[in-house]
Amino acid sequence: MAIDIGQFVQTFFEESLEGLDVMEAGLLALQPGAADLEQINTIFRAAHSIKGGSGTFGFQAVTGFTHVMETLLDQMRNGRLEVSGKAVNTLLESVDCLREMLVSLRGNAGIDEERVGELRVQLEQLLEQNQPAVGKAAPGVSPPQQSAASQPAPPALGWRIAFRPHPDLMHRGNDPVRIFRELSALGELTATPDYRQLPPLAALKPEDCYLSWELVLHGEASAEDVTEVFAWVEDECDLQIEPLTAAFAAAPPDLLEPSTAPADAPKAKASAEEGQQGELVLERRNSGERRQVERRTPLAAADSSIRVSIDKVDAVINLVGELITTQSMLSALGADFEMSRLDKLHEALDQLDRNTRDLQEHVMRIRMLPVSSVFNRFPRIVHDVSGKLGKQVELAISGEQTEIDKTVIEKIGDPLVHLVRNSLDHGLEPPDERLRQGKPETGNIMLNAYHKSGSIFIEVSDDGRGLNREALLRKGLESGLLKPGEEYSDEQIHDLIFYPGLSTAKQISDVSGRGVGMDVVRRNIQDVGGNIQVASQAGAGTKITICLPLTLAILDGQLVTIGQDCYIIPLLSIIESVQARPEMINRVAGRNEVLRFRGQHLPILRLYELFGAKGAVTDLQKGLLVVVEADGRQVGLFVDDLLGQQQVSIKSLEKNFRRVAGVAGATILGDGRVGLILDISGLVRINNAVS
Amino acid sequence: MATILVVDDSASMRQMVEFTLKEAGHQVMVAEDGQVALNLAQGASADLVITDVNMPNMDGITLIKELRALPAYKFTPILTLTTESTAEKKMEGKGAGATGWIVKPFNPEKLLATVNKVLG
Repeated sequence: MAIDIGQFVQTFFEESLEGLDVMEAGLLALQPGAADLEQINTIFRAAHSIKGGSGTFGFQAVTGFTHVMETLLDQMRNGRLEVSGKAVNTLLESVDCLREMLVSLRGNAGIDEERVGELRVQLEQLLEQNQPAVGKAAPGVSPPQQSAASQPAPPALGWRIAFRPHPDLMHRGNDPVRIFRELSALGELTATPDYRQLPPLAALKPEDCYLSWELVLHGEASAEDVTEVFAWVEDECDLQIEPLTAAFAAAPPDLLEPSTAPADAPKAKASAEEGQQGELVLERRNSGERRQVERRTPLAAADSSIRVSIDKVDAVINLVGELITTQSMLSALGADFEMSRLDKLHEALDQLDRNTRDLQEHVMRIRMLPVSSVFNRFPRIVHDVSGKLGKQVELAISGEQTEIDKTVIEKIGDPLVHLVRNSLDHGLEPPDERLRQGKPETGNIMLNAYHKSGSIFIEVSDDGRGLNREALLRKGLESGLLKPGEEYSDEQIHDLIFYPGLSTAKQISDVSGRGVGMDVVRRNIQDVGGNIQVASQAGAGTKITICLPLTLAILDGQLVTIGQDCYIIPLLSIIESVQARPEMINRVAGRNEVLRFRGQHLPILRLYELFGAKGAVTDLQKGLLVVVEADGRQVGLFVDDLLGQQQVSIKSLEKNFRRVAGVAGATILGDGRVGLILDISGLVRINNAVS
Repeated sequence: MATILVVDDSASMRQMVEFTLKEAGHQVMVAEDGQVALNLAQGASADLVITDVNMPNMDGITLIKELRALPAYKFTPILTLTTESTAEKKMEGKGAGATGWIVKPFNPEKLLATVNKVLG
């Protein structure tokens, strides 16, 4: 292959996977029996593109499979095939299958031939049922080609061609000269023009073609080669192609002298070009091979990419422009600085600060994707699962344009699926039960996303039966998480759903309740620096709120000192910082210290002990207690002092050193020292283990 | 060499065709649907138009009809990108004024051979 098309394969995969999403959304929106034509057209186009691309990039299995889907969709759009629920479901399954095929191919893995085969049979059955109505009307092969192809094997002599273009041949951009040029590439061509149809000058339309030709092609060209030359014009001319008889072939070409010139001249030109073309191809082949070698490694790793709107990139470029202005301002100041210009320096530094912050914000935005990329899979899940459970469900999605960091988006997909499945399975009641409760038969599930004070909130809510407080309380007592005789708030009891092994589902169904519980959901959310809360009202429904950081790369932190070192506490987890008075400190069982804080007793964690810091404040009254919360539990962290609050960029400690309990990462401080970022939920766990 | 207008809603196809033609020394204008292509064509002339048939907003057939109505594109070769399964579409393209077609799937060599055939 002269040109390496491998470099476009990634694009093909990306656009095809996007195309599948389009198909899926379109299929879900199709109303069986009353299908919207434009909707089918959109689905068809997506299938068509995938088919075209896969053929070009050499994924024949995909081409074959998509072809059947496309045929089915084509018949639907022409009204020849009914848009039945069954057909839609089969197509949806095919979309899934195709998605798997593409993902496998991208990862250089094999495809599940069996499943592909099965679905293909199902699709073909749908087509076959329809066959009598359609009839086998596929003319495909054109008549002249048939007549020429049915000739016996090509005689070595050549062909005689009567070519009479219709007057409008050139109106479609065709040109007899091009045809002659192609023919002369097949052998020695002589052309005799026929002027008989030329009208008087007054009636002549300069854009029409009035000439016809008698062509003789000497050489070993096959019938297919010759008809191929005329393929584009076969409906725009009268054409007869006959094999040369020996008598005619014997006639010396120079008898037709006057007409050879126009045909021969282009031939010479064409062959000269061919020579050039050959060299070009050779050059390309070399560079193509090099590229192929270079590309192979990254391709195998299936590199991921994001699409960024040009506006975002332009914004960054603008800001870099401003930064450069500030920089030149500063260097001008620095070149001959005097104390009298200190004001100017401060001004420029303020501007630099502003530029840096703006640039940071806009660079972050490049990594942000609308949450719709996750939300979009839910119509399908709700469609499938509600069908399986025999429930009627309406899904409302809002705020899908809210943008979140790409890494966060990738991590919250599965937890969200789990939450929605839970709502479908356990939350929403079956239609008859809903009617008994005086609710509408159709249950509602709402997905909502929004921005609030530097965080992203995602809500999954339903209008189902709500959490069963009694069952949770019982389970909590059985497992020892709750102590008998104490009063617990609804929040505390509802929070129990996030503890392992506390599923209250009576039976494990196909849909949810297979052991991967809400504890895993909470852990996944915490892994990306978020938290999750539940609110529920018996009989009215449940709402789960996930709070996520805008990004994983930067964090708002409170700097604190412990001995010689500086640590960072994530600002989001801080409730309050207090200076402890003696009456606030109690000792439980003579050993564990607790802080009396707003009517609660919180464990105190002396961080200098944990981290082995030297020279730290050890007297509780002399330092500060920072009350933090994680996993619904609060602890008081004992530190020497608070420094400022600032944004810090998070560096992985694991990648650069090793994992340290209680530490989430590290950052480089303004003075060049390393500051450790505390892992609050880790610290809470450590505290639990100690006590 | 020549200026070629390439119209396809599939980014990979567009990139592949654009790259191949540019490697061969042609100037290439690209458009993701018929409407965009028509706007481009009104502002600049092309020696050849290669267009997909199935596209959102404006399909290839409508594009060809619109182009043929422009004086600058009256005789310009216009090729449709088509798959074998759509023999009717091939003819529909011709009916709208297309010069010929390139059958998908195609490789860069086939594309260049066809383009050279038309450009002469």
